[in-house]
Amino acid sequence: MQTPIPLFPPNASSVATEMDLLYLFIVAVCGFFTILVTAMVVYFAIKYKRRHPDDVGEDIHGSLALELTWTIIPFILSLVMFVWGASLFYRLAKPPADAMDIFVVGKQWMWKVQHPEGVREINELHVPAGRNVRITLGSEDVLHDYSIPAFRVKMDAVPGKWTTMWFKATVPGVYHIFCAEYCGTKHSGMIGQVTVMTPQDYEIWLSGGRSSGSAVENGERLFAELACITCHKTDSSGRGPTLIGIFGSKVPLADGREVTADENYLRESIMDSQAKVVKGYQPIMPAFQGRVSEEHLLQLVAYIKTLKKK
Amino acid sequence: MTTAVAVAEERHSYLDAPYGIAAWLLTKDHKRIAMLYLISITVFFAVGGLFAAGVRLELLTPKGDFVTPDVYNKLFTLHGIVMIFFFLIPSIPATLGNFLIPIMCGTKDLAFPRINLLSWYLYVIGGLLAVGVIAGGGVDTGWTFYTPYSTTASTTNVALTGMAAFIAGFSSILTGFNFIVTVHRMRAPGLTWFRLPLFVWAHYATSLVMILGTPVIAITLTLMMAERTLGLAVFDPKIGGDPVLFQHLFWFYSHPAVYIMILPGMGVISEMVAAVSRKQVFGYSFVAFSSLAIAILGFLVWGHHLFVSSQSIYAGMVFSIITMLVAVPSAVKTFNWAATMYKGSVTWESPTYWVIGFMGLFLIGGLTGLFLATLGLDIHLTDTYFVVAHFHYIMVGGAIMAFLGGIHFWWPKMTGKMYPDAMGKVTAILVFVGFNLTFFPQFVLGYMGMPRRYHSYPEEWQVLNVLSTAGAGVLGLGYTLTFCYLVWSLFKGKTAPANPWGAKGLEWETSSPPPTFNFDADPVVTEPAYNYKPAQEVHVG
Repeated sequence: MQTPIPLFPPNASSVATEMDLLYLFIVAVCGFFTILVTAMVVYFAIKYKRRHPDDVGEDIHGSLALELTWTIIPFILSLVMFVWGASLFYRLAKPPADAMDIFVVGKQWMWKVQHPEGVREINELHVPAGRNVRITLGSEDVLHDYSIPAFRVKMDAVPGKWTTMWFKATVPGVYHIFCAEYCGTKHSGMIGQVTVMTPQDYEIWLSGGRSSGSAVENGERLFAELACITCHKTDSSGRGPTLIGIFGSKVPLADGREVTADENYLRESIMDSQAKVVKGYQPIMPAFQGRVSEEHLLQLVAYIKTLKKK
Repeated sequence: MTTAVAVAEERHSYLDAPYGIAAWLLTKDHKRIAMLYLISITVFFAVGGLFAAGVRLELLTPKGDFVTPDVYNKLFTLHGIVMIFFFLIPSIPATLGNFLIPIMCGTKDLAFPRINLLSWYLYVIGGLLAVGVIAGGGVDTGWTFYTPYSTTASTTNVALTGMAAFIAGFSSILTGFNFIVTVHRMRAPGLTWFRLPLFVWAHYATSLVMILGTPVIAITLTLMMAERTLGLAVFDPKIGGDPVLFQHLFWFYSHPAVYIMILPGMGVISEMVAAVSRKQVFGYSFVAFSSLAIAILGFLVWGHHLFVSSQSIYAGMVFSIITMLVAVPSAVKTFNWAATMYKGSVTWESPTYWVIGFMGLFLIGGLTGLFLATLGLDIHLTDTYFVVAHFHYIMVGGAIMAFLGGIHFWWPKMTGKMYPDAMGKVTAILVFVGFNLTFFPQFVLGYMGMPRRYHSYPEEWQVLNVLSTAGAGVLGLGYTLTFCYLVWSLFKGKTAPANPWGAKGLEWETSSPPPTFNFDADPVVTEPAYNYKPAQEVHVG
């Protein structure tokens, strides 16, 4: 449909059509009620216009049946919106297991992107069409928000933790990226573009990018440089717990709790090592807050995730 | 009526002696305090409007070429802070509420007249600090003060702004407290709860939100200021804080604050729709209890501002469904207002134009809230111009339309003067058209993905932004004209009769303007509210 002014952003991801349908459904419901009430009010104002200065209205106090009608019908319609919206939200919150990873770090005022293969970009993002992509978002300073309207997705980048979002781009092309959470002077300059490529073009692009080692390789190098390796050994002989097989496992803590070692747990244990001390170990690890950048953290965790039991 | 009597009546209007600045600044009369508030919020409305004009002028072109990014960020921040804390929150309660609640309750004054005056002084002190912020170079955090930007990165007057809002908050708490005690303790003989005008019910609900919610924003702003100035670790993750905690605390007040702005407007419209139709409000008790339902549910929806903030997705679902529930009492009110006009005797004087304008804008504002409450869709819409359009439909389309409608309706009572009715119609239409032209295009911009608080934007969005800026011009003209003829009427307007609209209600039984103690003889209430066709008292529901 061609309108003089475009009413929809480009439709370039697997959820865009459903998002637009949900939007149009609510537009239809709300449009109906807007017209209904407006028509009632205008019609009553004309039909019951005061004829004589002393006229008063009829003695009508209300109607329980009508009150119930306009309580129950809006309630049911809003529940339909809730269920559809919650279902879409749930699917958008759970990245598919086969998604490829890309790391994005927001920083006043740029987006730094790392592909696992090692290619880096600033304010640009190249992704293949037809593949699920999981973005892990971090922030070096204040709140940001990675927003791609053509994909109908956005997520806050929150300093102090990582957040995730995912999408499956469908149509090759170039689309806007915006920072959607106010972050200071050049907030509206913290923009970029996402280039969706065919998988073949994406492979060619990846191999042509200047690579400075994959995320895992860089993480392994940091693991040695930061001397993590002196305490976290491959067996249980170190002063810290071994990290082999840690990712996704249940970790008993000194205070009796048990946590699942996900990305945010690993992140926190590096940055604020005293927050959750593993049972049976002394709280002797230094905190790396302020000593490791978000990008390096992402590389370290990417490496730790590869440490599997043989 | 002989001339002698007329002169005698005029002599004890609250506007007459004692004259002089001191008599006004030290007054304990709720009506004079209402007028002091009216003058001060008008000043802040003008200031906030000028900031908005700056924002709209910048957005006329895609490039950021009118002001620098820092100035732009300060413009929208100051627009929000001034309009919310110094105009919208006190607008209806502190002016119309202050003036009318004691009269509608059939009593001489609010329960604590000195505290009422104190609340105005606190407001003025807060307001002067805000002026100090503006004079001292402004502030650029957005009215939301999100951490860690506000506590670590911003180099502007954040702490002073927080202090200004903190102090103004106490004026709001004192007003709410005064209303609650007055409604409980000072109703005239025969004025039972279910004979109270719905305006009083709406203000009662608003007052509950004011006294329960405002202390939380005071605490939140205090923590924010303490982190910024003393380094107390609360919100900054680099020193062990949690930035999302700030958002929870902030919205725990600031979402209910939206109801502080709109509930009194709903009360105004309930009065006006009955008066312009000369008919009992349809479903009185449903309208009354829907105010309480909105006030209570309003405290349980703050998390709908945090759907993409890394809040738990299950918390998101709970907040989404409770938000949907708020739509129900809002729908109930709207249908009841429309039904009130059915078989009424509808006047076509200017108050009707404001009432119908309010209903149109509030309807769109309320319904677009459903888009944002719908979880999946909010991912795409949050932080865009869709949100900006939505809350302006509620807070400007709803609250300010109701405020100006109420001012037009009660102006003869408050000042004893009539304004030219034709002008009231012209400006109601100008404001309605200008408002829609300003904000409707922003819904489209929002769905296109235009983020909020953007100093520059891609070229393809210019047409819609130009429409929006043009609309803001019409809107500004409407407001300016309203101000001009209302002030003109003070000097040149015809003298208002006690009951120019032929409306029911205690305020229309006393003279215009009322005497200092409101009534010459203590009123006794013997009939329900809006009893246009005297009949038996009926409760539906």
